[in-house]
Amino acid sequence: MAKTHIQFMLNGQEVEALVEPRELLIHVIREQLQQTGSHIGCETSHCGACTVDLNGESLKSCTVLAVQANGGDVLTVEGLSQNGEPHAIQAAFMQEHGLQCGFCTPGMMIRAYRFLQENPSPTEDEIRHGMSGNLCRCTGYQNIIKAVQVAAEKMQSE
Amino acid sequence: MIPGTFEYHAPTSLADALSLLGQYGEEAKILAGGHSLLPMMKLRFAEPSHLIDINGINELRGVREEGGQIRIGAMTTENQLIASQLLWEKCPLIPEAAKLIADPQVRNKGTIGGDIAHGDPGNDHPAIMMAVSASFVLAGANGKRTVAADGFFLGTYYTLLEEGEILIEIQVPVPPAGSGYGFSKLKRKTGDFATAAAAAQLQLSGDTCTQINITMTNVGASALKATDAEQHLRGKVIDEALISEAAEKAMAICDPAEDLRGDVEYKTNMAGEMVRRAIRQALSRAKGE
Repeated sequence: MAKTHIQFMLNGQEVEALVEPRELLIHVIREQLQQTGSHIGCETSHCGACTVDLNGESLKSCTVLAVQANGGDVLTVEGLSQNGEPHAIQAAFMQEHGLQCGFCTPGMMIRAYRFLQENPSPTEDEIRHGMSGNLCRCTGYQNIIKAVQVAAEKMQSE
Repeated sequence: MIPGTFEYHAPTSLADALSLLGQYGEEAKILAGGHSLLPMMKLRFAEPSHLIDINGINELRGVREEGGQIRIGAMTTENQLIASQLLWEKCPLIPEAAKLIADPQVRNKGTIGGDIAHGDPGNDHPAIMMAVSASFVLAGANGKRTVAADGFFLGTYYTLLEEGEILIEIQVPVPPAGSGYGFSKLKRKTGDFATAAAAAQLQLSGDTCTQINITMTNVGASALKATDAEQHLRGKVIDEALISEAAEKAMAICDPAEDLRGDVEYKTNMAGEMVRRAIRQALSRAKGE
């Protein structure tokens, strides 16, 4: 099968890849572009571990073709920290123990990033709905919700 | 899980998409949001040789009002439906149902047209579309035709959509004053399909119900319209006893598949309860309560 040349912005850097049309965005990001922060959980668009930001929207990159990102702007968890400093969301997840095994965390944080852009001062209920596309099998969610709350407050005061 | 091999096409106009579809016929599938088709392709339940991605056709997105109708582009995403002030004002049943579909990430990709055209009895829009008396505009090589939502859903993954046709627009009449809507969906968790769901839209003249649609999701081979239940309520002043009788009639047409969400008896009874709730809610809204 002929490969297609694609190019897009990944965490502020222009990247390119040769892909088969059937290749999923998550596979190209992890395997070709070596950005392994975004995880592969269920591969059925349920768990949210593969969540990335494409053109300003959260989506599950296991259910998007890499060719569909051509010309787009992708943000993954690797793009959150600036100048070696953890992003407010990362700091809040550490402070509030918003993780145990950490597998869901990159998806949680990149989803929280977009959610807080859309709703900078959410209620707890809004956070629960906003984060409902990401599953965690360890924490019971309480500390994740708290982390997003704390991150919202930090980002508001910055 | 990776789909089988296919050739990818990304037309930017409807004319180009239709011409590709005409060229490749049954070898081709239309890719809308992809959250039904791509999972099926990963499991090799679908193995199209050509995938025609219509995400780049901007004319297929958006919600507008024209000639007393709401017109929704088929590629409008669930989140765009939820964000539409026009829909909340004129036909709130649609965004209210969209809020209960899948999760935020999936709602950024999933489209109303894809949800309808896929013909999955678990999808929510088919029942909603019949409840709001919507029509669908289907485009093909020989032009366009408009068909009613009621009658469009023929069976599981089986609709009136013919080979070479693309669903391009959904037309919804604006409900008149005195209308009310209700929607009730039972699901095990966020992101799951309905165990059973029901929608109702009715009109009152004084206290008398002059028109009512009652529809159900995921309790049959396709979305169901409970015509006997509707008939039972039309022309009457609806009370609790009539609601119960109507729900019995709706349950009589349920034929759900047993799965992890429940057995046939449970799902049928839940469909009845969803119908009761949807009618009560529609009634109280129509009365302005």
